[in-house]
This record gives sequence, structure tokens and C-alpha cells, in this order.
Amino acid sequence: MENKELMLTNKAIARGAYEAGVKVLSAYPGTPSTEIAENFVKHDNVYAEWAPNEKVAVEVAIGASLAGARAMACMKHVGLNVAADPLFTVAYTGVNAGLVIVVADDPGMHSSQNEQDSRYYARSAHVPMLEPSSAQEAKEFVKLAYEISEQFDTPVLVRETTRVAHSHGIVELCERDERALKPYQKSAEKYVMMPSNAIRRHVAVEARDEALKEYVNGCEINRAEYTAETEIGVVCSGVVYEYVKEALPSANVFKVGTPYPLPIKAIEAFSKKVKQLYVIEELEPYMEDALKAAGIACKGKELFSLQGEISVLTILEKFNGAAAPTAEKVPSRPPVMCAGCPHRGVFYVLNKLKLTVNGDIGCYTLGAVPPLSAVDTCICMGASVGMSHGMKKATDGESKCVSVIGDSTFLHSGVTGLINAVYNRSGITLLILDNSTTGMTGHQQHPATGKNLKGEPAPTVFLDELCRACGVKDLQIVDAYDVKAVEKAVRAATATDEVSVIIAQRACALLDKTPKAKVTVKDCKNCGVCKKLGCPAISQGEHGIVIDRIQCVGCEVCSKVCPFGCLVKEEAQV
Amino acid sequence: MMNILIAGVGGQGTLLASRVLGKYAMLSGKDCKLSEIHGMSQRGGSVVTHVRIGEKIYSPVVWEGGADIVVAFEALEAVRVKHYLKADGVLLVNDEKILPMPCITGATSYPEGIKERLENEHEKTYFVSAQELALSVGNAKATNIVMLGAMCKLLGFDKQVMREAVSACVPEKFAEVNLKAFELGFERV
Repeated sequence: MENKELMLTNKAIARGAYEAGVKVLSAYPGTPSTEIAENFVKHDNVYAEWAPNEKVAVEVAIGASLAGARAMACMKHVGLNVAADPLFTVAYTGVNAGLVIVVADDPGMHSSQNEQDSRYYARSAHVPMLEPSSAQEAKEFVKLAYEISEQFDTPVLVRETTRVAHSHGIVELCERDERALKPYQKSAEKYVMMPSNAIRRHVAVEARDEALKEYVNGCEINRAEYTAETEIGVVCSGVVYEYVKEALPSANVFKVGTPYPLPIKAIEAFSKKVKQLYVIEELEPYMEDALKAAGIACKGKELFSLQGEISVLTILEKFNGAAAPTAEKVPSRPPVMCAGCPHRGVFYVLNKLKLTVNGDIGCYTLGAVPPLSAVDTCICMGASVGMSHGMKKATDGESKCVSVIGDSTFLHSGVTGLINAVYNRSGITLLILDNSTTGMTGHQQHPATGKNLKGEPAPTVFLDELCRACGVKDLQIVDAYDVKAVEKAVRAATATDEVSVIIAQRACALLDKTPKAKVTVKDCKNCGVCKKLGCPAISQGEHGIVIDRIQCVGCEVCSKVCPFGCLVKEEAQV
Repeated sequence: MMNILIAGVGGQGTLLASRVLGKYAMLSGKDCKLSEIHGMSQRGGSVVTHVRIGEKIYSPVVWEGGADIVVAFEALEAVRVKHYLKADGVLLVNDEKILPMPCITGATSYPEGIKERLENEHEKTYFVSAQELALSVGNAKATNIVMLGAMCKLLGFDKQVMREAVSACVPEKFAEVNLKAFELGFERV
């Protein structure tokens, strides 16, 4: 009993890394991958950090691997796009000590901007990929991934999806395999990827691929489960395996543990023992296409959608004709900026000034939601800056656009866009909403917070100094709660032809614990202006606006926008 | 096999409630899986967590029409997820109304008469004023534990083991107030 724990899968991945003797972990927060680093750092005798972005995280892990320590980098699916550059080439160099990159996909887009399928990265980069179904498997697969990494001299991808990453299951704990550093040996042929060397390494990659394609057919994590009760066979992996076992207990199942390389020979043997072969997989027909290319007849996406998640019910619908109970139509409850969120007043101003707002990835994406409806675009981390530059260039500087980005996202990949805007003279206005944390993913530290992943004091990157060093001359720092100051700053910044940066400072309302007097209503004129803020603490009562005392944190942004001075601090009333 | 769906609004403590049930399963020597969603789905939005307890659990997610009980921490959320219930499932609802943003802005209105309608529609429907009860023991945040108390009674869970699970999952200094909240919920249904 003592050595078993009900554990979040992301914690189990961290545990697997710990047990495998991993010494160095680098990551950038991203739902649903964030908790891996947060849990790994709690172990003794390990080093873990938040890197400014996923590319850096992978490069750190490569360095640690070459220096002889088992290493891990973790990210969400879109983070792997950022890290794709080192990924495709470390596939050539191979490793010294084991190197694992964990990538968390988000079918259904619970907290993401797209639904990309990371399995194609494995195939495209010729890097083996393992995909666990549960917390216990996640821990075991991570350990196996290190064995494969060292045996085949390759980085290994471990893929999870939201329903695996954010589910708990019972996990059996084992001891750590403490490992000595492997000696580093200089080898330009292996580690300096200039054309003459890379040409030879590409040959080695293909040879490794062939060896891995053989290995996976006998690998225990690829297995056929025969019931002999039906003539149906289902190929599946990840959480879909769990759904299939639940929905179709009598079906023969081939559980794929290595989406790349796929155990084609083993699946072919399985297919011969069943009459009808199905492939059930979320997102793209990745396995289905591969099986069909290998001449294995199967049905897949003609039954199941490319979009969203599969569930026990969708499988029951297709195979047993079960009717899905219909959900009743009720008012939606979308996520909103919290009461007291320092972003709110900024978006109120941008909306009022009728600016085109290029947004970015973070809580402030919620500035797109009514009633603020201020954000025009959101593409990817850092895109707000480059996009405003493009809009300015396309309109000969006439575009009334501004960029809005958070402090963590600015450091991740916004700063390069700013350098471009200064260098190529577009005169954009950039608002950095500095709430001193990585908010959306649950308050992680970053290089400008003054603390590291462990919460220890760390050197601080000062955003204003960084912007000035990039060549920004026009820089203003304002209090995000001071709506009038924000408006004045935005008006001034958008009036000039040079690059302007406004840093709107105020700690995330969920972190700022300083007690403030709450706001109360006095003789409301029912003008409705404060309702445009979209504050969850403000609602319409019978005789005017009502403020929810439990939710109100006393930010007074509503007081500042009320044209009649009806929203006042509680103490001021007596 | 017990399939439990907990629905609420971000910040209401649905995650803690599911962790308590997970602990209960562990203490009872059962297999268990939980599923939850973090990130953008929170921030005052609808939140659903899934708990499955039994001898051998595959799917971490409960499916529509498969829940033995739906525990809703807010009335509108009960309506939103009630199609997850089995025909003879139990619907346990905290009698509390939290306006979603589209209702605050006036884009739409909060449905009236939810309680009466659900009680008419579904035989095993139980409404509990959990927040009121939690406030009566001095901590509005214990609303989730009041709901667990009521749920424990309705499902015939081992009360002593549930109390142990509650104690194990809340900070020590809040254990007493949470156990009081648990008892109030248990007695109320």
C-alpha cells in the first residue's frame, strides 16, 4: 500500500524521469504539460528549470545528454513547433546519455489554439515516439524511453494527450536508478552538423530507423489482446485504448505503444486473425494511413471525426448503435478574466479607442470575449508583435493596430518581434501586460519574476531595460489599474511614428493578497458603463448595479470608469 | 463500479472534491481514475471532473448516460451535464446560482425554476443549500465538502473512511471545520 499512490499522469512522468535517474529537466509551461516540471523539481538530487521557451528547453536537454546525464524537456504540442529546429537535428547527432522529449497534445482544444497531431513530428524527424494510456504506463514508458534512447543512440519522444496528462491513476513507486555521468567524448563527426558530417549522419539515422522498425514488433508495449469472442479487431493507442476496452470488452485489441515506428509486422499478423480491422484514433488518420500504405485493409476515419476527442460513447454509437443522450441548451459559461484582473482596464481602453488589437497567448486572450471584445487576432506565442509590424507595413503605417502580450510570452518569443520592429522601423505600439507571472498555466515563474522554478530568488530580467536595449526610445510604465493613465499612454504611443512600448504593471489578482477595500454602489444611475468591463463581480440588480462582495477584490477599475462616481470604496461611504 | 461526475464553476473546489473521492477509493483498496481539465477551461468557466471507482478501471472519463451520480455545485451546471446520468442515477445539486458572463452582460438570461423542473424530471434529485451550510460552520470554501457529505449518504459510502479521506486531503488546520461541513451535508439528505 505504501508504495502505491493515486497520481496525476504528469506527476507520474516526473516520477518516471526521477526513477530513470534523470538529472536535468528543462521546460516551458503549457497546458496540459506544466505539472511535469513542477513535480520533478520536488525530488532530491535533480536539477529542473523553466526555460524562456521550448527551443531553449530542448537545447538545454541536448547539452545535458551530451555531457553525460539523462535529460528531459517537456512542452505542449505547439511548443514542439518552437522546438522543432533542434529536434530535427538532434535526431541526426543522437545522444550520449538518454534524452527524452515529452509532448502533450490537446485534442478537443481544452486550452489550446489548434489541434495539431504531434505523431507526425516523430515520423518526420525519424525519432521514436512512445504513447502511454495511463499514469502507471506513463511512468513505465518514460523509463523504457531512456533505455531505447541509449540503446539506439536517439532522442525519444513521449506523447500524451490531455485526457492522459490530466487524469489520475494508481501508480506503483520504485527506487531511483542513480546513474554516474557518462564520459563526454569529442566527436565532430557526430555532433557538428555541417553538411559533410550531416550527410553521413543521415545515413546513420536511416539505419537506426530500420533497426527500430524491427525492434518495435517485438517490443512488449506493442501487444495484441485476443478475446476470440468476436471477429472485430481494433488498433488503438493512448487514452483511446482505455475507451475501447470500456466500450468493446469483447473486441480483439492491438494496443500500440510506439506510434513511431509503428509495429507494422505485428499489426499485420493481428489483422490476419480478425475479419474486420478498425483503427480508432483521435485527430489525424496517422496510424490508418500507415496501415493502408502497408497494404493492411482497415476502417478508421470514415467512422470517426478528425476533430475533437473520442469517447466511450462515440465508440458505442458506431459499434452498438447506442443513442447519445442530448445535452440541454443552456446559457454558456465561458472562462472570463477574474475579478480584479489587471488586464481588464487595458482592454477597456483599447476597445474605447477602437484600435485593432493583435493579441497573444495567455489569460489576456480572454480580452476577445464579450463584453470587452477588444482582441482582433491570436495566432501563437509572440505573434502579436510581428503581426502589428506586418499590418503597419501593409498600410504604409496607417493601421490603427497595437500589440498586446504578457510578460512571460514576451520573453518566450515576443522580444524577437520587437527587435524586428525597431530594426525595420514600423512604429508599432506594444503593450506588455506585466502581471509578474505566467498566469494562464497556473502561476509559473519566468526570467522577469525574480524567482526560479523552485521558488528561490533568481536574477531578474528587467523588461524596460530589455526593450531599451532592443533600441526602443519611447517607453512608458503605467499602473494597469489606473485606467486614465493607460488611456493617456496609449494615445501618446499611437500618435508617434516610432516604436512605442507601454509596460502595464500590476500583479495577477490571484497572487496579490494585499487587502484592499471593496467597492460598493452609491446611487447607481444605471448608465451601464461599468458593465462593459465584463467583471464577474458586477451584475445588474433591480435598482441598478450590484457588486458581489465575495468576488470583488477592490481593484477600483470600475470606480475609474463610472462617469457619475457611483462606485466607491466601502470605507468612503461612512 | 461507481461513475461520478462533479460539475461546477472554476474556483468552487471540484478538483479537491475529486481528490477526496480518489483518496476514499485508495483507502478502500479499490482501483480508481480521475480526470480533470486545467487552464483555459477554468477562470470562472464550467468545470467538470470525473471520478471512477471499481475493481478495474479503464477509461478515466465518465460518458454521457454513464454516471451513477452527478454532483453539481451550481444549479445551471446541473442542467448542463444532467445527460451524463444513467436513467436511475442520482442528481445532487447545490442550491446556488452563479451568473455566467452572458447573463451578466444581458446577452441571455439565467433560466428560472431549475429546481422544480429537475425535481419533476428526475426522481432521485436532491437539492442541498451547501454554501449556506458551509457558512454556518464558518467557511464558505467548505461547500464542496458539504456536498461530499450528502453524496456519501446517498451512495451509501463508508462514512468513517470518507471522513478519513477528507482529513487527508485538506490542510490540517482546516480539518475540523471540513469534518463539520461533511457531517452537515450527511445529515441534510
